[in-house]
Amino acid sequence: MPSYRFLMLNPKDNVATALDNIPAGSVIKIACQHKEYEIKVRQNIEFGHKFAVVPIKKGEDILKYGEVIGVASSDIAEGEYVHIHNVEGKRGRGDKENGNRSILGV
Amino acid sequence: METAQFWGYRRPDGRVGVRNHVLILPTIVCATQAARQVTELVHGTVSFIHQHGCAQVGIDYEQTFRTYVGMGTNPNVYGVVVMGLGCETHQGRSVAQEIAKSGKPVELVSIQDHGGTLGAIAEAARIATKMVQDASALVREPFDISELIVGTECGGSDACSGLSANPAVGYVSDMIVDRGGTVMLAETTELIGAEHLLANRAVNDRVAKRVYEVIEAMEKRAIMMGVDIRTGNPSPGNRKGGLTTLEEKSLGAAAKAGTRPLQELIDYAERPTKKGLVWMDTPGHDIEQLTGMVAGGAQVVLFTSGRGTPTGSPIAPVIKIATNTPMFEKMRENMDVNAGTIIEGKESLESVGRRIFDELLLTASGKLTKSEILKQNDFGIWRIGPTF
Repeated sequence: MPSYRFLMLNPKDNVATALDNIPAGSVIKIACQHKEYEIKVRQNIEFGHKFAVVPIKKGEDILKYGEVIGVASSDIAEGEYVHIHNVEGKRGRGDKENGNRSILGV
Repeated sequence: METAQFWGYRRPDGRVGVRNHVLILPTIVCATQAARQVTELVHGTVSFIHQHGCAQVGIDYEQTFRTYVGMGTNPNVYGVVVMGLGCETHQGRSVAQEIAKSGKPVELVSIQDHGGTLGAIAEAARIATKMVQDASALVREPFDISELIVGTECGGSDACSGLSANPAVGYVSDMIVDRGGTVMLAETTELIGAEHLLANRAVNDRVAKRVYEVIEAMEKRAIMMGVDIRTGNPSPGNRKGGLTTLEEKSLGAAAKAGTRPLQELIDYAERPTKKGLVWMDTPGHDIEQLTGMVAGGAQVVLFTSGRGTPTGSPIAPVIKIATNTPMFEKMRENMDVNAGTIIEGKESLESVGRRIFDELLLTASGKLTKSEILKQNDFGIWRIGPTF
């Protein structure tokens, strides 16, 4: 089985970053300090993009670098692709405070 | 710790330049084309195109004025020919008088006082020719790195920015600060979500409070406009590169600041009063923040990029650092250093940091960067008020 490179930066994180193009169905083992995961990646993950290392519920914070980078906008399964389709930024969001005037459709 | 030296030019105000430009400084949009034509006539001169200098009021007027004066007094500039029109709000005379306080040669040419465009170009070119010849007679001397203000910037970021080039620049930031130099952090927008990490490193409560104030002011601008900040930041290219939110981008951007204490927080285009790590309040917009840092006295800029960018300054060499090898290979003619070796597992952060540090000293001593060779003379002022 080919091995793919990825990075989980902090044991608090619930996402990891792919450092190769990881095809759907790949099973990868992740160790970050005392935490260990074995995950089946559910979609193709492009170089530089993220996938969930644990199940994340809608409304839960997304953590990378051990810090909050946004909030899940839908339930995210373990091994699922994590990006703008299921994560929203929390900061500077005038559209949120003014009734969802997003023009991005995300 | 070993010291570090570079070869530069001492200016009358005591500051040290790493370039020896004669600047044709248009203080008003109406003079920019004439100024550009002077640079085409006279070797050794630089200028820039902009849309400002008239009908600006209050703090917006002051910020533009400060930016013009800062560009003219940047130590990389030997002398300045200010080009005005005559009837504008930002009078060339006032800008020239302020620059003259630095002791460097300054002359004023106003288009309405010199018989129009052709007369003004001829007069400015004659003055510039003399200045270039005088400038060219100067010889570089060795100086300690403590004489440098190094601007840092990331543009066209990707997921690798926070993993390779930015932490490598952070390593260089610490090296510069430890040797008595100054490093400028900017891009307030792109520190939203990482402000607590920097506030914790502030030298005192006043600086920490300022950190939260500038972040809040920037965030409020988006909130008051009622817009989704993601339409501007992260950009489409950032998102394609794997960055999902502004907070994620910010945490990567903050890595450029290394680990040393935050000494002060200065306004746009202001000169630092402290050595060490300082933060200039600028937007994330590459050209506007680059202009602010150079106007604040930065002689060299370290600029990391994941997607690739040609951006440069007419006055300060900008060293381009690629965050990933595929982009470095694709855009070799724009990029100076590759930090993608960190992602490939071929090189450590420290090793890349040392390569960037060596490149910084070489560049400060005269080695041209790709953006200089390609004459990428970008300039953009952060407008903070309407025009009347």
